[in-house]
Parts: sequence; C-alpha cells; structure tokens
Amino acid sequence: MATHILDITKEHCPMTFVKTKLKLAQIAAGDTLEVLLVEGEPLENVPRSAREQGYNVISVEHVEGNVHKVTIQK
Amino acid sequence: MFDFTEEELNRYSRHILLQDVGVEGQEKIREGKVLVVGAGGLGAPVAMYLAAAGVGTIGIVDGDVVDLSNLQRQIIHTTPDVGRWKVESARETINAINPHVKVNLHREFLEAANALDIIKEYDFVVDGTDNFPVKFLINDACVMAGKPFSHGGILRFEGQTFTHVPGSACYRCMFNTPPPAGAVPTCSQAGVLGAIAGMLGTIQAAETLKYLTGVGELLTNKLLTFNAKTMDFRKINVKKTDKCPLCGANPTVTQLIDYEQAVCDLHK
Repeated sequence: MATHILDITKEHCPMTFVKTKLKLAQIAAGDTLEVLLVEGEPLENVPRSAREQGYNVISVEHVEGNVHKVTIQK
Repeated sequence: MFDFTEEELNRYSRHILLQDVGVEGQEKIREGKVLVVGAGGLGAPVAMYLAAAGVGTIGIVDGDVVDLSNLQRQIIHTTPDVGRWKVESARETINAINPHVKVNLHREFLEAANALDIIKEYDFVVDGTDNFPVKFLINDACVMAGKPFSHGGILRFEGQTFTHVPGSACYRCMFNTPPPAGAVPTCSQAGVLGAIAGMLGTIQAAETLKYLTGVGELLTNKLLTFNAKTMDFRKINVKKTDKCPLCGANPTVTQLIDYEQAVCDLHK
C-alpha cells in the first residue's frame, strides 16, 4: 500500500478539502494520504470533513511551526 | 482520470465538497451529454444550470427566433437577442457561464423524421417544449431508443414533471394520446407566470444531474405537480402499464408520429 503526500499549506478553505478529495479520488483503495496543512480553518475543517464523509482519519500530528500532518486511509 | 485543472476545481468546488458528488460525480457530469429540446421557458433554466454545473456536452434543439414576448420567462435570452436564432443566443449564454461546455446546435424543430437521429448521441433528454405533439414525440422517441428523459410542462401557475428511465412508466402510461389540437390551451394562449418556468426547469436540471451522478431517487414512476398559487406540491405514484399503447404488452404506437398542432401555435 503506497503512501502519498499532499501539501495544502498554501491553500484556503474550501480548496483545502477540495484538493484533499481530489487526491483521495486519485489514489488506490487502501493507500494512505498524508496531508500537510496549517492551523486554523484547515486543521479544523479537513479532518472533520474527511470523517463526516466516511474517510478513515488515522492521525493528526504536529510537524513544525503551524504545520500539521493529517493521515487519511482510503 | 480526474484531471481537473485548478480553475475547474475552484469552479466546481461546491459540487466536489458534496459527499454524494465529489470528484467522481463531477467527472460524470463532465462526461455527460444532455439534449435540451426547446430553448424556451423550461430549456433556459435547464441549459443554464447544466452549463454552470459543468455538463460536458449540451445539445439545444430549437428552430425558432427570440421574440420580445419570450423574455418574460426565457432567461437565457436577453433584449438584444430579439430576432436572433434561439439556439445561437442560448449558446452564447451557456458559454458565457461556462466556456468548458461543448454546445451542439440543432437549429430545427424536433419531428418524427429527425427525432431518433438527434437524440441518439445523448445520454439524457430534457423536454422543454410547449406543446403536446412534441411532448409525445419526445416520449415515444426516447422509449423506442431506450433513452432516459425528463418530462416537463407548465401552464398558468402550475407545473408537472416526471423522469423516465428504460423500464419505468412513460408519458403514454399516464396519458394515452395527445388531447385534440386546440382542446387544451398552451402557454401562448393561456399565459404562464414566468417564474413557474424557473421552478419547473430547475427541478428538471436537478433530475438531470441526479441521473448523471447516480445520486438520490429520480422522479421515476412519480408525477410531481405543483400549483404556485398555494405552493402545494404533490407526488402521485404512477405505474408502467401493460395497456400502454407504446411500452405495453400489445403496442399500437410502433413508429413516431407528428400529431397536429393547434393552428395558432404554428403562426405565433
């Protein structure tokens, strides 16, 4: 199972979750997606929206500064 | 697969955010080919919402020109368009809303002789016509060709619509044959509140998008009617019947028919 990385630290809502959904659509079932995003709206919204839409959010970790990593399994 | 540009992702973001649509649904919308018969009161909102939604190919059938009296409800046309071909005016609005849409112009009226040929390249057909002969023609052609379609009709303050997919009830299961020419007034005789066209047309556009994406339950085997004076909406269960002259056990309608139109409609 492959791991993919998506950097949306420069994106604003709702494009943060739009890009997350695009990447999730492009990867294979069972693959893991690591999403790099910043605090505030992205960190609040992306994991919540992903869970609401039935994705498996495995972890949310602090990386450095205001950057966090949300790991989602498809 | 899913090769949406940054511009498309932004344009369709409100669809992509929806759990039931998403990137996958937007791709189906982009691959969709929809024929809108009539660029009038119903066809206008249908074509505009389908264009905005990103339907990849929209065909427009209309052999008429824009008349000043159309503008009260046919919002795809504007005052400077009076006298222009409706299909050309419609294409301009569609591409102003969304330049990604491929627009096929059929500058003619749907008839028994051309109906099957025109509908064959489309996935879904929307009836936006204003007269019974063509409504029956669309029904018959779509049932014969196995095409899904949305029926729509409006008059005064009322509207009705249903969706047909192969195997579900057709227009003739509900209404055997057209009323005699002139027996039922048309919009051009009886009038229609302009916004009713928007109400019914947007329902048809939503049904089209539901069909393309596979989301929800279509208005199949249901006739939705509303009266805007009271804002009463009703869903009546209808059934495919063996007695149907088109899709029943012993069909009597085996080829397309050009029924007679009310005389005043021909010269409006």
